[in-house]
Amino acid sequence: MKSLKTFGFGLLMLLIVAAFLALWIALPWQGVVSLAVLLALWMALTRRGRQTWQVTRVGLATVTQRLGSSSVVVVGIAGVVGVLVAMLAMSDGFAETLRSTGNDRTAIVLRGGSQAELNSILDRDSANVVMQAPGVKKDAQGKPIASGELVVVANLPRKGDPNSDSNVPIRGVSEDVWTLRDQVKIVEGRKFRPGLGEIIVGKGAKAQFEGIDVGKTLRLAGQSWTVVGVFESHDALESELWADTQSVASAYRRGSSVQSVTVMLDSPKAFDTFKANLVADPRLKVDVSTTQDYFSKQSEGLTKVLRAVGITVGIIMAIGAIFGALNTMFAAIQARAREIATLRAIGFRGVPVVVSVMLETMMLALLGGLIGAGVVWVIFNGYTTSTLGANFSQVVFRFHVSGELLWTGIKWALAIGFIGGLFPALRAARVPVTTALREL
Amino acid sequence: MKYMHLIWAALFRRKSRTFLTLVSILAAFLLFGMLDATRAAFDSGDSVIGVDRLITTSRYSIIQSLPASLQTRMEAIPGVKSVGYANWFGGIYQDPKNFVLSFAVSDNYLDIYHEMELPAEQRKAYDTTRTGAIVGAALAKRFGWKVGDKIPLQSTIFPQRNGDKTWPFDIVGIYTPAKGAANGTDQQFFFHHKYFEDANAFRSIGTTVGWYVVKLTSADKADSVAKAIDALSANSDHETKTQTEQAFNASFAKQLGDIGLIVSAIMGAVFFTLILLTGNTMAQAVRERTNELAVLKTIGFSSQSVLGMVLAEGVLLLLLGGVLGLALAGVVVPIVAKGSGGMLNLPPIGASTWILGLALMVAIGALVGALPAIRAMRLNIVDALAGR
Repeated sequence: MKSLKTFGFGLLMLLIVAAFLALWIALPWQGVVSLAVLLALWMALTRRGRQTWQVTRVGLATVTQRLGSSSVVVVGIAGVVGVLVAMLAMSDGFAETLRSTGNDRTAIVLRGGSQAELNSILDRDSANVVMQAPGVKKDAQGKPIASGELVVVANLPRKGDPNSDSNVPIRGVSEDVWTLRDQVKIVEGRKFRPGLGEIIVGKGAKAQFEGIDVGKTLRLAGQSWTVVGVFESHDALESELWADTQSVASAYRRGSSVQSVTVMLDSPKAFDTFKANLVADPRLKVDVSTTQDYFSKQSEGLTKVLRAVGITVGIIMAIGAIFGALNTMFAAIQARAREIATLRAIGFRGVPVVVSVMLETMMLALLGGLIGAGVVWVIFNGYTTSTLGANFSQVVFRFHVSGELLWTGIKWALAIGFIGGLFPALRAARVPVTTALREL
Repeated sequence: MKYMHLIWAALFRRKSRTFLTLVSILAAFLLFGMLDATRAAFDSGDSVIGVDRLITTSRYSIIQSLPASLQTRMEAIPGVKSVGYANWFGGIYQDPKNFVLSFAVSDNYLDIYHEMELPAEQRKAYDTTRTGAIVGAALAKRFGWKVGDKIPLQSTIFPQRNGDKTWPFDIVGIYTPAKGAANGTDQQFFFHHKYFEDANAFRSIGTTVGWYVVKLTSADKADSVAKAIDALSANSDHETKTQTEQAFNASFAKQLGDIGLIVSAIMGAVFFTLILLTGNTMAQAVRERTNELAVLKTIGFSSQSVLGMVLAEGVLLLLLGGVLGLALAGVVVPIVAKGSGGMLNLPPIGASTWILGLALMVAIGALVGALPAIRAMRLNIVDALAGR
């Protein structure tokens, strides 16, 4: 009978924990804040609440005597939150870099089925058909605003590792690119002049790869190019080197063909007409997408993998941290068994005891969460790295530790604290007073 | 060893505490196993089978092709046994999500990559079928392909002469990688370069190749042969870069990002926490047993054996949790690899992971046991029994 009761109690607890986790994940920050306010009001206004506050104070005052074991909770949770936030910051940073590269005012056209610019090829005639299609915005002279582009890949050594080879994308762009991609600003030197073997480099590329400072000469496809400027765009374009399409085409023997055409649309709404026209055109076999779609899609795979890895690692570490917290808190109530029993003997009820132990654990957890998230924010926010992107070349991106991610981290910390505190708290409140007083 | 039962009894003195600690250790080593598998999945650079192979690519970039005429000149270099070549096909099967690592290869390619083991009659069928293709066992399993199947593969790059980008292939063989082959070898798709040239809309493909693979007469000639190959095209418009297969793979893996660094950073955080956690448990356990330890010393146990017993307790704790954790990882890793649909090609937990894991268990166990053990060794019997 007794074992059945214990089993039932355990099952009940498990259900409570599961329900709590489901609710907790769905809860927005306003919900958490109002919960905290409710708790504070309860503690300030009711008799039970004031008792709870007193018991909690005693608990917190004795934390210093259990510094070693309390720090296990803090560090354990800091580790979970740190790893989780860092992985998610990497995934978010990569997705954001690519998403912001495109917008819904411009569209990109590739040969059908190509998936990435590197695989595509459009001959001069097709490119012209695309540029003349309805829906493309015209400039003051009545010329369509469009850029026929080539992307090739060159080997450059990574900074600090002169023997390494990294695939760096080189983009041949036409005159209109400055209107098409108005986020691109020259921050050092000047724009390249077409036909003179001049090239400009993205800020991200300059930070990652060796030998592409302004004034340097580099050899690409057997020709020498002079770096004349550095541009900034806060997106994936920053990983690239830019020169004019003709020069790149002749150096890499591409004739008059291009790989993609990017056009400015009359308005985002014009996209459907533009696409329908090109798809219906019997002369062409092309894929049309807004630049926003095109670039966002490129981040999908890696972003998914990083998120999955981050959350899996986070969950496994969280299990470890929960058991660490359980251990610590069981030891803590063990050490305070007599004191808690005395409180209950003189009339304190179970609720204040339970809530006070939980509060203590969750405060330690919160501290751990703040430390973990804070350390990651200090070290990784804006940390620049690169990986292989869709064009078989390096995409430089920054970790982005957003407020939202920090909040996710804190929520995880509190959830771990909740579970880690719940069982010891219940034990503290359920041990018969007489047994507890007799111990030690 | 004769104190084993004493150590065991001490370890399970408080069952719930030991259980909680064990689960934490288990979680840490489960993670260790999974992350080490991930690291290994991205690290195909240390296969010993490829030590006598060189890869020759364009100096300027991996996407530049090389003239086909180089082959005979390369074969003439002393130390070169044979020269094969390959081209990237960029195939997808039915859906853009189903990317297939596919290559058009020269006829001698399969002889150079001898670790791909193919039954003799299938090899014969491959040699005589123009549109024949051979696929790795894992790839065949992924899409349910069997020998004799006709399958369409769409190239993201190359259209056929008639403008169609879907190429028909006959699966004539399924190879299995030999023991020790690089991870992921069984995920590839090979077909005749001849078919690729003849049917390709890009006529220039006939006179160029993607990259060369060079088989050496012996591995120690690698440096001199690589230099000689690169000298062939020095100062031309198609300069080459020749490196060992290992170096080529390593530099490629590096481009994906420093997976090793990320994995070590995570493991550092995990093990630091673990040390703190078990260290705390051990300290608690020994503090509680002060009296018992004093009694042990009173009845004649030497200080050294008390030290040894507490240390052994720490190591045993770590070993119990760690071995369970790694064993669990051994179960979980294949499930994860299967669940990712071929995206994450995780190798099973190997001997090197076990050795490293066991070493970590012993080291961490000794580390967390050290402080309490020294405390126990220095214990003064009279003070301890008096509760001072």
